Amino acid sequence: MVATTSPVAESFALAEGVRPQRRAQWLHSLTGNPVTLVAGVIISLITLAAIFAPLLSSHSPTFLDPGIRLQGPSDSFLFGTDDGGRDVFTRVIYGGRVSLLIGVGVTLASAVAGSLLGLLSGYYPRADSLIMRTMDGLMAFPSILLAIAIMASLGPSATNVFISLAVVYTPTVARLVRSTTLVTKQQPYVESARSIGMSDKAILLKYIFPNGISPLIVQCTFVVAYAIISEASLSFLGAGVNPETPTWGNMLRDGQRVLQRAWWLSMFPGIALVLTVLSLNLLGDGLRDALDPRARKR
Amino acid sequence: MTAYVMRRLILLVPVILVVGIVVFALIHLTPGDPAAVMLGDRATPEDLARLRNQLGLNDPLPVQFVHWFGGVLHLDFGDSLFIGEPVTRALLDRVQPTLLLTTYAMLFQIIIGVPAGVISAVRHNSIVDRIVTVVAISGAAIPTFFLGILLILIFAVRLHWLPSGGYTPINEDPVKHFKSMLLPSFTLGFSSAGLLARLVRSSMLDVMREDYVRTALAKGLPLRSVVTGHALRNALIPALTVIGTSLGALLGGAVVTETVFTIPGMGRLVVQSIARRDYPVIQGAVMAIAMTYVLVNLLVDILYVYIDPRVRLGAD
Repeated sequence: MVATTSPVAESFALAEGVRPQRRAQWLHSLTGNPVTLVAGVIISLITLAAIFAPLLSSHSPTFLDPGIRLQGPSDSFLFGTDDGGRDVFTRVIYGGRVSLLIGVGVTLASAVAGSLLGLLSGYYPRADSLIMRTMDGLMAFPSILLAIAIMASLGPSATNVFISLAVVYTPTVARLVRSTTLVTKQQPYVESARSIGMSDKAILLKYIFPNGISPLIVQCTFVVAYAIISEASLSFLGAGVNPETPTWGNMLRDGQRVLQRAWWLSMFPGIALVLTVLSLNLLGDGLRDALDPRARKR
Repeated sequence: MTAYVMRRLILLVPVILVVGIVVFALIHLTPGDPAAVMLGDRATPEDLARLRNQLGLNDPLPVQFVHWFGGVLHLDFGDSLFIGEPVTRALLDRVQPTLLLTTYAMLFQIIIGVPAGVISAVRHNSIVDRIVTVVAISGAAIPTFFLGILLILIFAVRLHWLPSGGYTPINEDPVKHFKSMLLPSFTLGFSSAGLLARLVRSSMLDVMREDYVRTALAKGLPLRSVVTGHALRNALIPALTVIGTSLGALLGGAVVTETVFTIPGMGRLVVQSIARRDYPVIQGAVMAIAMTYVLVNLLVDILYVYIDPRVRLGAD
């Protein structure tokens, strides 16, 4: 690179000037990948079905009608009915609401908390060891076990699932943000910013955090997927969302009890769960390839 | 090497302390008086006072922690409130199924993951490579409990080949034991196998580009012996780390798998103890599983340094 202007000006240009161009590139690369595109469409459809659940089905997800219990899939009940006579299709699309809400909510919460802890820990060496040792300690638990343990204390409810999973996934984000912060901190434009007297807060928010945002976004798509699986696992174990609420995990738990007689009770919520998680993982892979061409897999 | 092991052991201290604090805090996260939560509505004031005394809940928090953590270091987790025996006993009674389930799952992970990854890399971009990649990616998306239910549906409900659940100890009837563990172990190991296959594939692809592999091929050695004799050894070193870290997923997944297949292990005990509000058991089991995970990972890291001299030189 030829230095035509002062080093300070050049490093600011480096930090700000190249961004619009790069954005166009990754959008192009993202939409050019058919697998990512299909995954994106599936996720959008599942989200729309969850949001507009009352429009898609005239049945109630909770109304009990013992007269029509355990009926197989048919024209009137697309996915059959469960042992309480409730329409499985309706429960699957309503169940998506809880899964997606918890998945996205947990991801937002752990992204905010993790970014904050990661930035502090990467930028201030003094805070580093306390924060990172705590994160190491939390990561020493198998994640689902930590979630189960916290749920055991808090009691089953959607809010508590959200809290426990946010605690479980914050350390992963914190580690990631810390590592990008450690690298960015050494860049000449950060040094320049410091030398012209910018405050730490401004440097962190304006230069360091935006630089680590691509890997963070990629990580977040995977966290949504993990959180959805974890929520379903917790509910399946009876330690998650209130057993009366239709969620995919709760439905699979109810379904296993009558597995011998009614496969559809387990099959449809399971397929919804797998499709959602699979699409999120593929979307994450696509985003990673688009945002970080070096990590592109062969 | 000794210096490295020592440094790792010192780093272990804060981790164990944080794990201890988190597990200790569990009992105090309960809404309201922990003793009242554990005993339920029918408890008399005398019962409550006795339990508070038994658990030391009247002491200041730091005193309670030191007392509890001191016990933990001696493998004393207190007494179960429901089973009426020391937690350590209850855990020891249930450790065999969990340990064997996790070990078999890990074997499945290696037996499936390594060959799949190697074939995928050697036949790079072939149909086999694509199939392995698709199966591995889908494997990561299937939650263990749903895969378990699917396998029960096919092999137990439809075909009647294998039991849908239950556990036979290995010393009682080895044949029945393996039959009862086949589905659970496969279920638990499957998604980790996919992860391992993807890693072995990419590290094999790297190694196959190395000069010494090209030299071996150039001097006329058959592909098979280059792959097994030269490439695989080096490609497996990074795989060791994945096997180590996936133990966490396996130990956590065991809790779910034991519930699906009604295996009387530590994980199922944890899940049952939630409904019984048997906090000493939950604390003990969670602590024991987390410690196992931490120690095995330490062993894997040390093994890694031992096997790969390049890492050792960097570490010393």
